[in-house]
Amino acid sequence: MLKSIKKSLLGATLIAAVSAPHAFAETTLNALFMAQAAYSEADVRAMTDAFSKANPDVKVNLEFVPYEGLHDKAVLAQGSGSGYDVVLFDVIWPAEYATNNVLVDVSSRITDEMKKGVLPGAWTTVNYDGKSYGMPWILDTKYLFYNKEILEKAGIKAPPKTWAELNDQAKIIKDKGLLATPIAWSWSQAEAAICDYTTLVSAYGGEFLKDGKPAFTEGGGLDALKYMVDSYKSGLTNPNSKEFLEEDVRNVFQNGEAAFALNWTYMYNMANGGKDSKVAGKVGVVPAPGVEGKSTVSAVNGSMGLGVTTTSKHPDEAWKYIVHMTSQETQNAYAKLSLPIWASSYEDAAVTAGQEELIAAAKLGLAAMYPRPTTAKYQELSTALQQAIQEALLDQASPEDALKSAAENSGL
Amino acid sequence: MSGTWMTTRAWLLMLPLLIIMLAVIGWPMIDTVRLSFTDAKLVGASGNFVGVDNYLKMLGSSNFQRALWATTWFAVVSVTAEMVIGVLAALLLNQQFYGRTVLRALLILPWALPTVVNATLWRLIYNPEYGALNAALTQIGLLDSYRSWLGEPGTAMTALIVADCWKNFPLVALIALAALQAVPRDITSASLVDGAGSFARFRFVILPYLAGPLMVALVLRTIEAFKVFDIIWVMTRGGPANSTRTLSILVYQEAFSFQRAGSGASLALVVTLIVTVLAIGYGMLVRRAAGSAT
Repeated sequence: MLKSIKKSLLGATLIAAVSAPHAFAETTLNALFMAQAAYSEADVRAMTDAFSKANPDVKVNLEFVPYEGLHDKAVLAQGSGSGYDVVLFDVIWPAEYATNNVLVDVSSRITDEMKKGVLPGAWTTVNYDGKSYGMPWILDTKYLFYNKEILEKAGIKAPPKTWAELNDQAKIIKDKGLLATPIAWSWSQAEAAICDYTTLVSAYGGEFLKDGKPAFTEGGGLDALKYMVDSYKSGLTNPNSKEFLEEDVRNVFQNGEAAFALNWTYMYNMANGGKDSKVAGKVGVVPAPGVEGKSTVSAVNGSMGLGVTTTSKHPDEAWKYIVHMTSQETQNAYAKLSLPIWASSYEDAAVTAGQEELIAAAKLGLAAMYPRPTTAKYQELSTALQQAIQEALLDQASPEDALKSAAENSGL
Repeated sequence: MSGTWMTTRAWLLMLPLLIIMLAVIGWPMIDTVRLSFTDAKLVGASGNFVGVDNYLKMLGSSNFQRALWATTWFAVVSVTAEMVIGVLAALLLNQQFYGRTVLRALLILPWALPTVVNATLWRLIYNPEYGALNAALTQIGLLDSYRSWLGEPGTAMTALIVADCWKNFPLVALIALAALQAVPRDITSASLVDGAGSFARFRFVILPYLAGPLMVALVLRTIEAFKVFDIIWVMTRGGPANSTRTLSILVYQEAFSFQRAGSGASLALVVTLIVTVLAIGYGMLVRRAAGSAT
């Protein structure tokens, strides 16, 4: 008995002795990313490999979760006092993360070169109250994708410029029997629905908050929900939209079962060039439409940033990693699923080649990006609005009443 | 050896376990009670004492009442269905027939699958665009167009209950099957000779043997069903329009999504209380059932 204890103690000492030098020289970073939309998991791994090659003393552990789990996972890890060094965060969270001390203020680390080179709109993703809580990494907004072949068959010359025109064109397609329900959205009880709603709110010139109080119960906020309900009831919208997330929309669209779909940048190259797409080569993209007399295009700010957590023991290495991930070189090399944050990248032929149409739409869309409200209570507000949208779509409440109860339940 | 020494030794032997239990269950429990009287956030401020505010606010909110109703409905319907199907399956598998062993082995499969896998599987089956359920129902002519089973409040809860039943009836069936094997053959044969019909035989001869074990299955399943979280979170996240938002989902949103640790804790304690009351009530029933069986 004693002998075996001695033996295992000796073994343990040996193992410790062998691994000790590495443990001191090597820093391990834990990073949290998401497993859907924008850059693919393989892209993120390849970018990280390049970083590890250049910095052999820093090891990066990657973890991927669906978007729906990203916020809670980051916050929970923080609550337990350990976990991630680098986290991906959505444009809607800096207010909450800053208030609750989740992310480090990195304003002093951002160089003049970065300040000048990155598109001005991209900074709104990571800034709150005059401070920067990370680097913008994914620059994104929702675009209107359309199936060129179906539009051609329906005799439609150009994609819609206004939301009303979208309905007219969808009706032509439906009446000609080309598709029963030509439009697909992501209206599941999730953040995705708020992104579609925000796009419409921006088109109708609405406002979420006025002096910190809900203002979406009237004006553009109400018009936006009314549009969604009308489109749903008219049968022009795929009724399963109220169960869809972005990937469901992509599936329906690339199976040729939708003439129009609202989705993020990543869908363009996946649907237009992907092996599993039935509509490859037939995908058109334009900025989301506007409303006559109010707007010419509409867009939601769906960008995301990378930040260093306050519990990180290696903030310097973490920042170095973020600088690598957001560098113009890295972003240009992986511009197929997510467009760069750097202004001059859009003049680079290597970035624009094969996706000229997307870049043209991006120039208009990115400039019009409308923010979801910056409030520390965003998650509550969003949950209340998600419920309102579903209630209105399901005819459980009128758009007016649904938004009124959302305002009451928003915690604001 | 004297009785007191035996008792002391028993306690001494249990001591390490008791200490661990107190550390991992007792302490978090006490901390949760403390939290429930504060307005603490999950991250950051530790919170101020607010008395029973959290409890009052929550019990009066329509969100809580709706969730309580949804949870009760889910628990009652799914557990009832699981008990009935489980016993029927056990009776069937207790018969002599070819392939019985294979069927018995297959029975355990749904129960052995992780809930998340089960939930993902059923989400695919219910998919409104290419789901197997829609395909099957349209092919046999019961439906003329695909439906969004998880997207309509009228069908979402039922769809969840079916998925939950599929996963959990095997547990009831296994417990019942084990109990059935304990029914002495001579008694069932004697009842046959006495001319008892199959229903009478089940009711008066077999059921008394099943009552105790089935009560245990009922307690286990009810408590689990009342705490249901993962299957719903994966399949509907509480939607559509919050029609499938159960108490555990509410606790999760309150404590983690909205980061209100204080009111999340009070809500969690109320759920714990309900489950405890159910468990004690059932416990008394089990004792009575066990008493009548012997």
